[in-house]
Amino acid sequence: MVVGKAVQRVDGVAKVTGKARYTDDFTMPGMRVAKYLRSTISHGRVTFIDTSQAKALPGVDGVFTFQDVPKRIYATAGHPFSLDPHHMDVADRYLLTDHVRYMGDEIAIVVAVNDLVATKALSLIDVEYESYQPLVEVSDILSKDAVEIHKGSGNIVKSHSFVAGGDLDAVKEECDRLIKGRYKTQIVQHCHLENHTAYAYMDDLDRIVIVSSTQIPHIARRIVGEALEMDVGFIRVIKPAIGGGFGNKQDVILEPMVAFLTKKLDGIPVRLKLDREEGMIGTRVRHPFDVKVQVGLDREGTVKLIDFDALSITGAYASHGHSIVSAGAAKTHYMYPRAVYSCKTKTIYSNIPAAGAMRAYGSPQMTFAIECAMEEAARSFGMDSVEFRLKNGARAGDKSQITKKPIMTCGLLDSIYKGKELINWDKKRAAWSAEQTGQVRNGLGVAIFSYGSGTYPVCVEPASARLILNQDGSAHLQVGATEIGQGSDTALAQMAAETLGFTFEKIHVVSAQDTDVTPFDTGSYASRQTYVTGQAVMRTAEQLKTKILAHASVITGLDSELITIVGDDIVIAEDPKIAVLSVRDVAIDAYYNKERGGQITAEATYKVRNNPHVFGCTFVDITVDIPLCRVKINEIYNVHDSGIIINPVTAEGQVHGGMAMGIGAALFEELMVDPDSGKIYNNNLLDYKVPTIMDIPDLGAAFIETNEPTHPYGSKSLGEPPIISQAPAIRNAILDATGVAINELPMSPKTIFKYFKNAGLI
Amino acid sequence: MFDINSYHKANSVDEAIALLSQNPDAIPMAGGTDILVRLHGHNKKFSHLVDIHNVIELQNVTIENDGTIVIGSGMTFTGLAHSSVIRENIPVLNEGGSSVGGPQVRNVATVGGNICNGAPSGDSASPLLVLNATVELKGPDGVRHLPLYEFYQGPGQVDRKDGEIMTCLRIAPGDYKGWSAYYYKYAMREAMDIATIGCAAACKVENGKIAGLRLGFTVAGPTPLRCWRTEEKASGMGANEELLDMVENSVLSDLRPRDSWRAAKDFREQIIKTLAKRVLREALKRNTEME
Amino acid sequence: MIRTISSTVNSKPVTWRIDVRMSLAEVLRTNGFTSVKEGCGVGECGACAVLIDDVTVDSCLFLAIWADGCNIRTAEGESRGGELSEVQQAYLDSGAVQCGFCTPGLVMSSTEFVEKHRGEKVSREKIRKEHAGHICRCTGYEGIIRAVEQCMKPYEKHKSTDS
Repeated sequence: MVVGKAVQRVDGVAKVTGKARYTDDFTMPGMRVAKYLRSTISHGRVTFIDTSQAKALPGVDGVFTFQDVPKRIYATAGHPFSLDPHHMDVADRYLLTDHVRYMGDEIAIVVAVNDLVATKALSLIDVEYESYQPLVEVSDILSKDAVEIHKGSGNIVKSHSFVAGGDLDAVKEECDRLIKGRYKTQIVQHCHLENHTAYAYMDDLDRIVIVSSTQIPHIARRIVGEALEMDVGFIRVIKPAIGGGFGNKQDVILEPMVAFLTKKLDGIPVRLKLDREEGMIGTRVRHPFDVKVQVGLDREGTVKLIDFDALSITGAYASHGHSIVSAGAAKTHYMYPRAVYSCKTKTIYSNIPAAGAMRAYGSPQMTFAIECAMEEAARSFGMDSVEFRLKNGARAGDKSQITKKPIMTCGLLDSIYKGKELINWDKKRAAWSAEQTGQVRNGLGVAIFSYGSGTYPVCVEPASARLILNQDGSAHLQVGATEIGQGSDTALAQMAAETLGFTFEKIHVVSAQDTDVTPFDTGSYASRQTYVTGQAVMRTAEQLKTKILAHASVITGLDSELITIVGDDIVIAEDPKIAVLSVRDVAIDAYYNKERGGQITAEATYKVRNNPHVFGCTFVDITVDIPLCRVKINEIYNVHDSGIIINPVTAEGQVHGGMAMGIGAALFEELMVDPDSGKIYNNNLLDYKVPTIMDIPDLGAAFIETNEPTHPYGSKSLGEPPIISQAPAIRNAILDATGVAINELPMSPKTIFKYFKNAGLI
Repeated sequence: MFDINSYHKANSVDEAIALLSQNPDAIPMAGGTDILVRLHGHNKKFSHLVDIHNVIELQNVTIENDGTIVIGSGMTFTGLAHSSVIRENIPVLNEGGSSVGGPQVRNVATVGGNICNGAPSGDSASPLLVLNATVELKGPDGVRHLPLYEFYQGPGQVDRKDGEIMTCLRIAPGDYKGWSAYYYKYAMREAMDIATIGCAAACKVENGKIAGLRLGFTVAGPTPLRCWRTEEKASGMGANEELLDMVENSVLSDLRPRDSWRAAKDFREQIIKTLAKRVLREALKRNTEME
Repeated sequence: MIRTISSTVNSKPVTWRIDVRMSLAEVLRTNGFTSVKEGCGVGECGACAVLIDDVTVDSCLFLAIWADGCNIRTAEGESRGGELSEVQQAYLDSGAVQCGFCTPGLVMSSTEFVEKHRGEKVSREKIRKEHAGHICRCTGYEGIIRAVEQCMKPYEKHKSTDS
């Protein structure tokens, strides 16, 4: 068995030796650098721009402004194309703009021989603005007199509402108790270690080649085509190793610009690389939410309804704004699927950096709201937080109120039991008196989550793979799905080896995606690759195996039904110890026998039409130092039902990483906005507090393996879910320790101070 | 490439002084961990440099015959952590020093740079303040000495005159012998952060009574500050809870924390009061252990 | 502002003509040592960490001219003849590698740590303290701590008596 084994990741050696090549590690003779001129106001119009001095500076190849770019508006969100005109991404961008919508908006760009000359040239551009009131506060944004950030929008990207599972008012009427709460989440930034970077050149006078740190090379190719009015056949996107993305590279940010620049400059190679300070405002952030929740319960504490009213702020441009809040609402519904589920959402523009996709896509925000409200509900009945969730949480066989389909596999309750045991819940509960006094107090918290495996049925889920048998009996695996650090290349290779009967070492994954070469896949997002692309890989591997056996049959005269592949050998199916020849022998014959055979290849493309949900929970044990307004995590565990685990080491790594990011968002991280100017105060890694190794406690991860019937290896998603439930678990633990409910994120000392002061604790 | 306009490398203190005198716009750069960050941001004020990175004579810690500790301004924080003179006599300085940035930064950042950049948050400042450190400056007109608290003039401003190099920090034996001290940095993260509030306390207890008490704070005013009024009130008091309560209630009268986007004034005040009490308690505990 | 420096990189002597305005990171990358990554350019992430005379520094905040006469080690040089160093192997075994962008820098800090503390029984707290100059956004640091523990274990002289 290869699936389920902790094989070493396929890109591991290259990464520990530093030999893995990322976008910036490639260079070409004569390559130029590009730098944006970013606006110094957050809302207004450019009334005058003079680039003549910049153009005259020696070493400058070109200066382009909003006047020079195609008059073509395009959408940047990296979704698959939709045939439904009502489901298209929001087109609201030009390559450069004179209509400034956030502080840092791109109004011009310089191409020069090096960074210093480019920076100098930027300082020589004269700009004058007409300023409008920066719209940062919700009341200002939605005021009748507000200037529209995007014409005709009323500053609203989208409003959406649905009720699933019954008549909301009728159920509300029947409820014995209604718990109400309001919860706010902050702006978080992805902070992948590799900043956004891309370069482009023309390989002849028609075709543009773009090398980019992207999660979605095939989608990027389409969007570049849309932005530049070019057919995709003229565009080639290559994705080398990538230093993390977390959703921020599921948006097409630099690729259209580098393509535009090289086209303008006769095909010379041009690199556009954002530095950290630029990247933290000029790419995407996580949407801040303001969520009002009502939870209705009967007299036994059974959850009967969940009713949301959620406001999401997308910032200057729509990006993924139209879909995130409703996606978050739909995915979290699976936590308590027996309740009626009602949801009203609204997403609005604002003069702050644009929000887009980020790991778990709206679910962390929604789950914070739900799991805080559920904690209030449990406490209002005097019920133990764990018992409450065991009573109300999802079980296999429950039906989704939204899709009306049954949940086939659900390890939620087992996850809760496991987490409870790991953290020693009952013993600590008994030992710690309910009413603690003193400056330093202990608390226990729990929160659950659910998440999907891909985007079906909202989006199309195409995935493709190609396998080529080499002369040495190994196989090259090409996929359009992108390794971004999560380990998908390794998991996909494991599945290919498993199906083929090859040893793992015989699968060579072509890790770099190249739209000229690798088959179509929409890329890395929605935790889809193991689940969705895995199914294409399995089908491809089955085909290849059939072809290998067919050729082996021709060589040996044995009926192909009677033989199979085990350990790189063709063996007798009924007695696998008997090897008749090796796969290598088959390959050599197929390639070089003058009378028969040929290259043995297989290719399959598959559109998944399922979306099994994953489940799990976070348990946390904390100490709160009240006068210092500080939370210390003593123990924390995440337990996951992600179906069958393909690789236990990489899977555990995903959970640990998600937990740390979740802890960061719970306690540390916030991109801070000056409400008067729209300026971001802390767009650097010193002032934006990504947790260091000192700030993250020992992390515990465990899996409850269910066997998902819709996946050939029983697997479900894992990439994003580990980030979802830390914030509510920690918040519930603070409530447990101090009696103070903190209903906004991050629960940094500054926030905690405010709440403790109001509560009279300090 | 850094946006450096002029660059001169000095191999000795005298050469550095001469180069600074010839280039009035230039500033000395030792570890570079502050200045190169400013240059990354294209800050023109830092674009003329006299490089003192390799001036070996600034890179030692010695103890004179009378017990005065002399800390070369070019000592890195890692170097201080390895110095037995510092470890054995004034460990509080390493409590501050080891909270600077991360290990790689401490391997090159110098104590002189940490003081001369004039940051209200410098992690070595409050330990050095409670050690009553004196700054030694050498310039074209010779050598001068002044107390560290006078050296600070405002945010980002110190009393380093044109052509001067800070050569060392001096700590007199009477300022550490018989004293115990403790430092705590309160920041939003446990590493790689600037202090929200930094607090150092030093005390000397004789017969159960306070014979000397010093409190130093960073980010509690425009410069690192001592708490003169509170220190005076403490003199002669018993080393007990009453003293700690007095300090907690008095300390804000010596300080001027302000509102900024990094932290609100009332929050800083809460932390200042809490730290004053807790840090002094630790310093007192060490004094008891000494006896 | 052009100068010449002579150093040793991964045991090989080099002589480079450099601009004094260049960081060591820039010079190393230009000369093919692309394990040195730039994540922030201002010493906040540690992706560019290298060893200079066996001490870890952020090469983005270190002028190249300061490395004149020094012995520089980068992640490329830690594997010899296709064999990974014990730190590199431990990183793979412990799941300390994901996107890999912070990895070369962290490998260098771990290398300094392991060489410096070989034979000691070190706590997780000590490992944390001496790796605190790196940001890793993928692993939650747990795998990294386990990797360092794996490297230290065989050399521990003072095994605790109660186990």
